[in-house]
Amino acid sequence: MNTKSNFRKTTADLLMLRQGAYRDAIVLPIIAIATALLIGALIMTATGVDIYTIGRSFAALGHGAFGSINAISETFTAAIPLILAGLGIGLGFRAGLFNIGAEGQIIIGGLLAVIFSFTFSDLPTIVLVTFTLIVGSLAGAAYAGIAGVLRAVTGAHEVILTIMLNLISYRILDYALRQPFIQKDGRSDPISKSVPGNGQLPKLLDWIDPNLRLHVGIFIMVGAVILLWWLIKKSKMGFAIRTNGENSHAALYAGMNPKMVIIGSMALAGGLAGLAGAVQISGVLERASPGFSAGIGFDAIAVALLGRSHPIGILFAGILFGGLEAGGRQMQIDAGVSIDLISIIQALVVVFIAAPLIIRTITPWAFSKNKRTS
Amino acid sequence: MRISDIFNLKKINRSQTSGIILLILSALVLFFLNVPDGSYATFKLSRPNDALPLKDLVLSGGPFNTVASMILAFIGVRQFLKGGGRWIALSLGFGFLITIAAFLVWATADKSLNLTGMLQATVVRAVPIALGALAGLLSERVAVINIAIEGMLLAGAFTGALAGSLFGGWGGMISAIIIGGSFGFILATLVITFRMDQIIAGVVINLLVLGLTSYVSSQVFSEYRNLNNAPVFRAIKIPVLSDIPIIGPVIFSQNIFVYGALILVAITTYYLFYTRNGLRARAVGEHPKAADTLGINVIRTRYFHVVLAGAVAGFGGAWFTLGSVGRFDEGMTGGRGFIGLAAMIFGRWHPVGALSAALVFGFADSLQQKLALLNTPIPSEFLAMAPYLATIVVVAGIIGHARPPGAIGKPYQKE
Repeated sequence: MNTKSNFRKTTADLLMLRQGAYRDAIVLPIIAIATALLIGALIMTATGVDIYTIGRSFAALGHGAFGSINAISETFTAAIPLILAGLGIGLGFRAGLFNIGAEGQIIIGGLLAVIFSFTFSDLPTIVLVTFTLIVGSLAGAAYAGIAGVLRAVTGAHEVILTIMLNLISYRILDYALRQPFIQKDGRSDPISKSVPGNGQLPKLLDWIDPNLRLHVGIFIMVGAVILLWWLIKKSKMGFAIRTNGENSHAALYAGMNPKMVIIGSMALAGGLAGLAGAVQISGVLERASPGFSAGIGFDAIAVALLGRSHPIGILFAGILFGGLEAGGRQMQIDAGVSIDLISIIQALVVVFIAAPLIIRTITPWAFSKNKRTS
Repeated sequence: MRISDIFNLKKINRSQTSGIILLILSALVLFFLNVPDGSYATFKLSRPNDALPLKDLVLSGGPFNTVASMILAFIGVRQFLKGGGRWIALSLGFGFLITIAAFLVWATADKSLNLTGMLQATVVRAVPIALGALAGLLSERVAVINIAIEGMLLAGAFTGALAGSLFGGWGGMISAIIIGGSFGFILATLVITFRMDQIIAGVVINLLVLGLTSYVSSQVFSEYRNLNNAPVFRAIKIPVLSDIPIIGPVIFSQNIFVYGALILVAITTYYLFYTRNGLRARAVGEHPKAADTLGINVIRTRYFHVVLAGAVAGFGGAWFTLGSVGRFDEGMTGGRGFIGLAAMIFGRWHPVGALSAALVFGFADSLQQKLALLNTPIPSEFLAMAPYLATIVVVAGIIGHARPPGAIGKPYQKE
């Protein structure tokens, strides 16, 4: 056994991948990203952007994502809610549930978090922030729990339930933001009161530059990744969830209670999405406004898919999406190319990673012919 | 008692559930929608220049709602005690109709409402949802999950605007159908040939179309406004039929998209359930191996229907631009594709069921707009929620486990 394959094996072990999945985990994403960027360039050419600007926009994209301390701060700030919500959606996939409802759960979680935060603004910082986050995730869990309970008890399709709950949550938000005890004083537009100063998640890097937005939510996010990894891989509940997702009949005959698995994983997913909402509110936005969820719940679906429902995979997928988000803003400023290009690139990356056959067909030389697992 | 016992309570059957729902509705009508005696609700049934004008319908609010509540209570009790399976849908449908009528009377007490106009708007708003549901149904009947309806609608809307501005209305519509079909083809290639997870493929197409259309619209349309200025298809009055009161304006003087949607629902029903190819398609969806054994080309059947689904969604998407405003805005489909998906499940994978569900959503949509003008004490957000809540109640309480086609979501590989 030579060192190279040893290295591969260790890396693969570290990432908890099945044997032989090294290429899938390292080589494939790199080729996928490169191909997606190439197609992005083609699309820019097609819409009349000249070569020089294309080069400049990619430089700005890279620079805005990872090129400076500010860029890294922005990347991780954008990645935190994506990863939190993505972990929940990934857990749902593991249990065989397709939770489209993260967006609504983020809204409900964030909304209750902001209400809690400005209502109890005289609590000390650590207590206030902790309880704000707890309230947010409980709200998200309860909201997703509606779908979980209905799914488990009546067998109603979770896709239809979560779609409806999303639509309902938009209206709840619209309604709540017009209520006098929520709406910011002296404002006629729908916007909530602000999170008080002691209710905000502490910034991590403001000793370098007060504009750096990265907040302690990153530790919460890392904690959630570790917790979910333990839950899925090591715990009894995780085993029940995975068994239920693979084969619910087998789970039933093995004495697991599929109903409790559905309710539990749905509530946990909602809790994570609600936490994402609360973190976003108390760490970045500081208030709730219409559409404050900004599609994070839907992007998180792509993140979960890209990370193959694996907590570590979701971590990297979230960082990649966060980087594209932050870099895209820089690209728009520097090169004047619309940030919407980023969603195209994100979609293409997911396509190529989710359908490895395509990449294998385009670049056969990057993959040796022997064993393949995916 | 163990926690799990809570969920294994003595099962109440579906007809009893529907009875309980009806009794709750009856109580709601009686206590919340009570109208003081002597106030009248006026419903306008025709416009001033109609050929056969109808008199305004004037209802006395108090008695009407008391009677409505009594009828609801009666059918509720009947359902609870001895309703048979066949009666569930009928009683519930009737019950919801009465409730809506009582609600309208309550909301319009001492005011007037143009009922025909509202029904007309209902049909118009149901069109993209119905077409989206039809697209979902065509592909799910051959066991390909179609989350990409939203993206296909958006692609159709965008192409309608762009090609409509360049080649005129018909050119725009045909291009939208072709582009919708191409996205159907992309979905088919990804999930059938490359055996990609069907849900991932759908999500990705949505993301891709949203990105592409938003990118082009902010990069190109903002500079060249003449590329985003398509002609709009006007309503076509069908002679004689359009003069029938109420039904005439609601169904027979609409634009080409409304007629198209209604005709497509009829054709799809006939095709899927009364033709040999329809039977084959359903066989591929239920049990592809058996279908293959009988000599049906599973792969080709799936490709054909998913492309067809894309084309239908493209046509539905063109409604947003060519059938209504003539210009494209970023993300203008606003989740209609997902509502279409819900309508498809709600309608149990049947075209007529899907159309009915779409009409319910369309009605709620237009109701909300009208009620904003009537100034009811209920906040408009709650009214906007009502159809979604009703969907949840019905899906959870009555339909329960709707059965999708047997092989749904599974790629097929010949052995």
